[in-house]
Amino acid sequence: MEQVTRRKFIGTAGFAAAGAAMGPWVRRAAAQSGPVKIGLVLPYSGVYAVLGESITQGMELVFARENWTVAGRKIEMIKEDDEMQPPVGIRKTEKLIDSDKVDILTGPVHSGILMGMRDKVHNSKTILIVSNAGADAISRERCSRWIFRTSFSNWQPNQPMGEWVAKNVAKDVFIAAPNYQAGKDQLGAFKETFVPAGGKLVGEDYPKLGETDYAPYLTKIRQSGAKAVYCFFSGSDAVNFVKQYDQFGLKQSIKLTGAGFLTEPDVLPAQGKSALGVITGHFYTPLLDNPTNQRFVKEFQAKFGGKMPDGFACQGYDTAEVIVRALKSVNGNTQDKARLVEVIEKSEFDSPRGRFRFDPKTHNVIQPYIYIREVKEVAGGLNNVPIDRVANVTDPGTGCTLPA
Amino acid sequence: MPADLFAQALNGLAYGVLLFLLSVGLTLIFGMLDVVNLAHGSFYMLGAYAGLSLIAATGNFWLALLAAPLAVGLIGALIERSCLRPLYRRPPLDQVLLTFGFIYLFEDLVKWIWGGRIRSIPPPDLFAGSVSLGGAIIPSYRLFVIVFGLVMAVLLYLLIERTRLGAVIRAGVFDAEMTAGMGINIHRVFTAVFAFGAALGGLSGVIAGPIQSAFPSMGVTILIPALIVVVVGGLGSLKGSLIGSLIIGQAETFGKAWLPEAAMLIIYVVMAGIVLIRPQGLFGRPLK
Repeated sequence: MEQVTRRKFIGTAGFAAAGAAMGPWVRRAAAQSGPVKIGLVLPYSGVYAVLGESITQGMELVFARENWTVAGRKIEMIKEDDEMQPPVGIRKTEKLIDSDKVDILTGPVHSGILMGMRDKVHNSKTILIVSNAGADAISRERCSRWIFRTSFSNWQPNQPMGEWVAKNVAKDVFIAAPNYQAGKDQLGAFKETFVPAGGKLVGEDYPKLGETDYAPYLTKIRQSGAKAVYCFFSGSDAVNFVKQYDQFGLKQSIKLTGAGFLTEPDVLPAQGKSALGVITGHFYTPLLDNPTNQRFVKEFQAKFGGKMPDGFACQGYDTAEVIVRALKSVNGNTQDKARLVEVIEKSEFDSPRGRFRFDPKTHNVIQPYIYIREVKEVAGGLNNVPIDRVANVTDPGTGCTLPA
Repeated sequence: MPADLFAQALNGLAYGVLLFLLSVGLTLIFGMLDVVNLAHGSFYMLGAYAGLSLIAATGNFWLALLAAPLAVGLIGALIERSCLRPLYRRPPLDQVLLTFGFIYLFEDLVKWIWGGRIRSIPPPDLFAGSVSLGGAIIPSYRLFVIVFGLVMAVLLYLLIERTRLGAVIRAGVFDAEMTAGMGINIHRVFTAVFAFGAALGGLSGVIAGPIQSAFPSMGVTILIPALIVVVVGGLGSLKGSLIGSLIIGQAETFGKAWLPEAAMLIIYVVMAGIVLIRPQGLFGRPLK
């Protein structure tokens, strides 16, 4: 042991001396043999920690499959807790880029953090693979050649639902979402296809984010004459809205529909039977019967104590898959950023959600399908059962001109 | 339209009664101990989580409604004896800082024991459905909350206005030093009142559980409306806490229904208006 260390020391010293003598070319080669650093800006505390956890687990599943080594280089994940607060997320982003000098950055969950970190990422030419935040702008006027998104734009799960709800559920619809940008984006995308398909909005409401008592809104919904409700709520909002909707006896007479986050596995257990029959649109459900997904669900459950993967885990899985494939294509060379962007852009593989591709015009994922899912009791638990699907949902990318 | 009005008034009443159960403990503690207990929201949260575990263990909501407040009251007594008592002679800001610290402590404790995920609390089977009342449809549990809260208001009134213990508390609120001079062990009364206020906070948490579920930031979320109620009703006044809660409950509910864009603003406008006319609040002692 002693001898090996000494010999290694002499070797390293000699190599370093040679490197110093021979100039930057050798030093770069030396750097390339170190680990590939992947920075994660995600919530690891607070109510949204469960999202950060799912995304991270999806990534770990892929990296573990590769024995944490790709093209001869170790994979090193550097996790930073953004606390779901833009100032914190931006500070952590700066730390990962400036002092850790990460090769690739991923995250965040919060759209506000994404918009806040965008310029830093763009100007420092850091490759960012967005693994959740859905701000439409990042695929539109604020797009960047250095930024990709494996998750979704807010527009994507909602736009196909407008037409679907008008045709299959009801024409008289009340819409609701929390009073912030993502809420209005999501309902806006719904309206884009709902109204042309003959739908009529009988009312709309924007309760505050984190509302705990929806009674006044539920009473309005009842009085509005709506035949269905379309909404976007997530986290604790989704639990309280769905539960109170049921408690007020609205579920029987007014069909509840929404964006997929309404009944994701992070909230479904707390909603319980109140969620039965709720219809939502989302790019993923663990019940998809393609072979990639079946393997994903099995391996995920085996690795994480029987936990059912959700859309967030799928986002993490695809993010890591993109990274692994790109690193293999460039043979571990992360210095040539432009080349790396080129190969990431061409990513194509079987994801649990279907065939994964980026839209080269926006660097946003083309959703192979938006699945229309209904909450049913299957195999002893509540689950989002796919009942229909819309293929190739691509964000319009208005105002994005890559390469920017 | 009248049915709509009535339905919203019931919604406002249910919310108002919930605010009352929460704020009455806060106002009692303030009135007696002169402590703005920012950790009161934490007692509310602890009540909800204790209720959650008790219901999960025993399947009995009513047992949880009884036992959870007792547990929270005990925690309150311990806090008063060990942490608050040494600070009574210090400036009020020190006490505020202490209770502020407890918010973080309890939030982390809850995450540690129960996890960060939102948990729902089932209503008792007896009140699982919804009922039609005068053209309005309301979950029967909310109806129960209204009745329970109003009964509690009467009981608390009787306790404070008609019993010897109540007389001591009222005396303590009016002038703690003088009360001590009358041979009352004021320290013991302080502990008892703080524990009782904490227990009421815990009770409101159990009651709120089936409506709002339990999540780690629930205590901080509810603290602002509770403080507004105390300011509107008057510090230390039971009657003020009740009337203030009902006013804020209606203002917020009708605000959300009619002026959704300005709903949050409305309760602040109501508060500002009342404080402008009566700086001490509706039933508070005149300011010195």
